Amino acid sequence: MTDTGLHASSDDVLARARSWRASGKGVALATVVSTWGSSPRPAGSQIAIDDSGAFVGSVSGGCIEGAVIREGLEAIRDGRIRLLDFGVSNEQAWEVGLACGGKVRVMVERVE
Amino acid sequence: MKRTVLDELLQARAAKRAMALVTDLATGAQTIVYPDAATSLSDDIKAAVGRAIQDDRSGTLDAPEGRLFIQVFTPPVRLILVGAVHIAQALAPMAALAGYAVSVVDPRRAFASDARFPDLDLSTEWPDEAMARLKPDSRTAVVTLTHDPKLDDPALAAALASDAFYIGALGSRKTHAARLGRLKEAGATDAQIARIHGPVGLAIGAASPAEIAVSIMAQITQARRGRAEAAS
Repeated sequence: MTDTGLHASSDDVLARARSWRASGKGVALATVVSTWGSSPRPAGSQIAIDDSGAFVGSVSGGCIEGAVIREGLEAIRDGRIRLLDFGVSNEQAWEVGLACGGKVRVMVERVE
Repeated sequence: MKRTVLDELLQARAAKRAMALVTDLATGAQTIVYPDAATSLSDDIKAAVGRAIQDDRSGTLDAPEGRLFIQVFTPPVRLILVGAVHIAQALAPMAALAGYAVSVVDPRRAFASDARFPDLDLSTEWPDEAMARLKPDSRTAVVTLTHDPKLDDPALAAALASDAFYIGALGSRKTHAARLGRLKEAGATDAQIARIHGPVGLAIGAASPAEIAVSIMAQITQARRGRAEAAS
């Protein structure tokens, strides 16, 4: 697959999403869908989030994971798909922006 | 994402099929698309998905139907190591971490033992047999590490006859010059032998087996990514 980082089975995002779900946990997937300028992880990069806030994978160099996990927990609750924009033009950027100055759009969805 | 979609993605990935997951970003509706398989999507979308798979590049597409995200899944790039030597013990796990499916080939059973290479595709075939079975393609790197012409040369000849994106051969300049002489005598052209990286690895002064593995992995990465960078 497209470079979602470590391929060791314990860190495989989709496999982990399935095993969490199979054990009855609520699970969300967050996926980079667009990037502009310098951004650390390409489109297709993913994290899986469980309902306790544990996660595997990456959607940035660690700058926005916290905010993405919070939205993932919301998505687990309400089941709505979300598109999140992070970047220097964003008000949020000062809190959870990308240090590299790039922009990313992240889709967050619940695993049914 | 529906559980059925997740199950199908994991199953197709385990079967090493190339595919794309197409998501409608407004509704979250998802379709898995395989190259050359029928889908309910429009021809324009199908063509865009085909290009994305070809380029191994995920991204969004603004279609009349709405904004779509095309997530590409391609089988892992491969690394074939000929010579189950000390450097291979460092290079194999490093390459696996970088996302490569690694195969180690060495007919010398004392070298190619499961104890030295746990959890790895390990073969005691002769290199020419192994290469015929593994069929290196444009998503494969081949590195010979034995220094032994009986083992290295047939593997290099097979690699040169393939579209392997990287070919490397361990050995000093002198060893390498002698090797190129033998390959030319066996019928390889100058253009062909120019594809071989030798002495293998980036010149970073690597000394230990693990450091040499770093220099080889860096050169393989450069061969794979440097070209894409220059083209974009």
